[in-house]
Amino acid sequence: MEARPFSDITYRQFLNEEKLMGSKCRKCGALFLPPRPICIKCHGTQMEWAEMKGKGKLVAFTCIAVGPPSMIEEGYDRKHPYVSGVVELEEGTAIDARIEEVDGNNPESIEIGMPLAVKFLHRGEGENLRTYLGFRPS
Amino acid sequence: MQRKRKLGRGVAVVGAGMSQFGMFKDKNSKDLFAEAFNEMLSSVDKGVDPEDIEALYLGNFTNDFFIHQAHWGPIISDLIGHTPKPATRTEGACASSALALREGVFAIASGFYDMVLVGGVEEMSKLPVEKVTEGLALATVPYEMEAGFTFPGVFGAIATAYFERYGATREHLMNVTIKSHNNAPLNPKAQFKVSIRDIMNSRIKRAKDKGEAVPAWRDEKEFLRDPVVNPVVAWPMHLYDCCPISDGASCMLLVAEEIAENFTDDPLHVIGIGQGSGRGLHAADDITYFEATRYAAKEAYELSGLKPEDIQIAEVHDCFSMAEIIHPEDLGFFKPGEGYKAVEEGLTALDGSKPINTSGGLKCKGHPVGATGIAQLYEIWRQLRGEAGERQVPIKDLRVGAAHNLGGTGGTCTFTILERR
Repeated sequence: MEARPFSDITYRQFLNEEKLMGSKCRKCGALFLPPRPICIKCHGTQMEWAEMKGKGKLVAFTCIAVGPPSMIEEGYDRKHPYVSGVVELEEGTAIDARIEEVDGNNPESIEIGMPLAVKFLHRGEGENLRTYLGFRPS
Repeated sequence: MQRKRKLGRGVAVVGAGMSQFGMFKDKNSKDLFAEAFNEMLSSVDKGVDPEDIEALYLGNFTNDFFIHQAHWGPIISDLIGHTPKPATRTEGACASSALALREGVFAIASGFYDMVLVGGVEEMSKLPVEKVTEGLALATVPYEMEAGFTFPGVFGAIATAYFERYGATREHLMNVTIKSHNNAPLNPKAQFKVSIRDIMNSRIKRAKDKGEAVPAWRDEKEFLRDPVVNPVVAWPMHLYDCCPISDGASCMLLVAEEIAENFTDDPLHVIGIGQGSGRGLHAADDITYFEATRYAAKEAYELSGLKPEDIQIAEVHDCFSMAEIIHPEDLGFFKPGEGYKAVEEGLTALDGSKPINTSGGLKCKGHPVGATGIAQLYEIWRQLRGEAGERQVPIKDLRVGAAHNLGGTGGTCTFTILERR
């Protein structure tokens, strides 16, 4: 696709562009998200980009009432918990993400296995744009 | 092919000390280490000249963040009059001092030194809780932090996956909390020396004395279900599922086995050591166990020639109640999915068949992260030598104990087996 390095920095640049990009080992076909420069299955170093469709299901979650200062700045606190989770994508790989549009005060309403779709969470603008990976019920 | 590993020569523990654990406004890292060091010196049955200590290995996770002071090896070396001999800091997040012990063991086993001091220290209570949470989250993998995960959050997520797979519930987590709080009052060095029942009763009494509405809790679980006293931290982890913020220090004196009798007739032998590394939640094959713990355990069992059933007591890294359910499974004490049943059946209680966290665990003893690994082994030292006082386990012929220490999202896991001969 593009000659960008298979790195965390590139991964975040792609998130800013609303693309969820992983790397695929040219030797053994293993898929990694976030992208890796070295295949941890066969130690191959030839990778290619693979774009994820952004669809998956929830495999684990937590509703966080005591968050770090960065989340408190976003308006979350003990009365307004946010949800973080692990999402298994249709492509078979899993990723950590914010889980949006669910009720952190009502964890019983959040179900393991529920279908999710990607939602890019943009913070800041221009050179300060930073996009976090989120998913929402689909 | 990997050859069978062995130590170049045997290593023995001949002294151990640990400071009081707690939140101290008036004690710093040096004060706490001095407390642990002085106890260690007096624990050596035939005495030891500190001049004979050849090197110091000190675990510290991030006093850099907590009190804005790094480079703790030489600071502690200077404190105990050890300079100019070498001091090395080890960092493995909450497993930092287990790594110190491991380096100390290798240094003696290689023949390079005959006597080393290994220890750990952390001073966490000077910051507000949100900042401490942020400091600890430095040990997550980057993608976890970006997704908002804290450590209670990591174990909360593990719990939801475990519950879904094995049918455990929040009620089972409460069994862990109640057990830890039952053990801790018997440990004079613990941060929370009080049972859940006593906390409950004192709150009821206080309400009565003040003429306020008296809470209607009938037992410990009703107390723990009450969101007023036990609020959510990171669902399903509630306040009483989480270890506290702590200050503390710990240390052990290691010597070559062949000279151990110069210091005591009752040394403990380091017969198994194992260490693994892991890669965080998203990249785990399965988030209901830690691959790094299983690897560390396999290493330690192979070195010692022992099996999980040979371990008579253990301290495991119960940073959260959920952790005390999955680690014993990873260590082979119980089958996957059966850890929560073992706690429910009382197998891990002080008088159970496999006592776990007799010290009160990280939950109640406290968790000054860099000090924890060796503080866990301090408990094994007391128990194996029959010096655990009121919390001494009632096992006849107690000979083998072990400690499991975990750092990060299972990023660094260790398992250490000690034997009394």
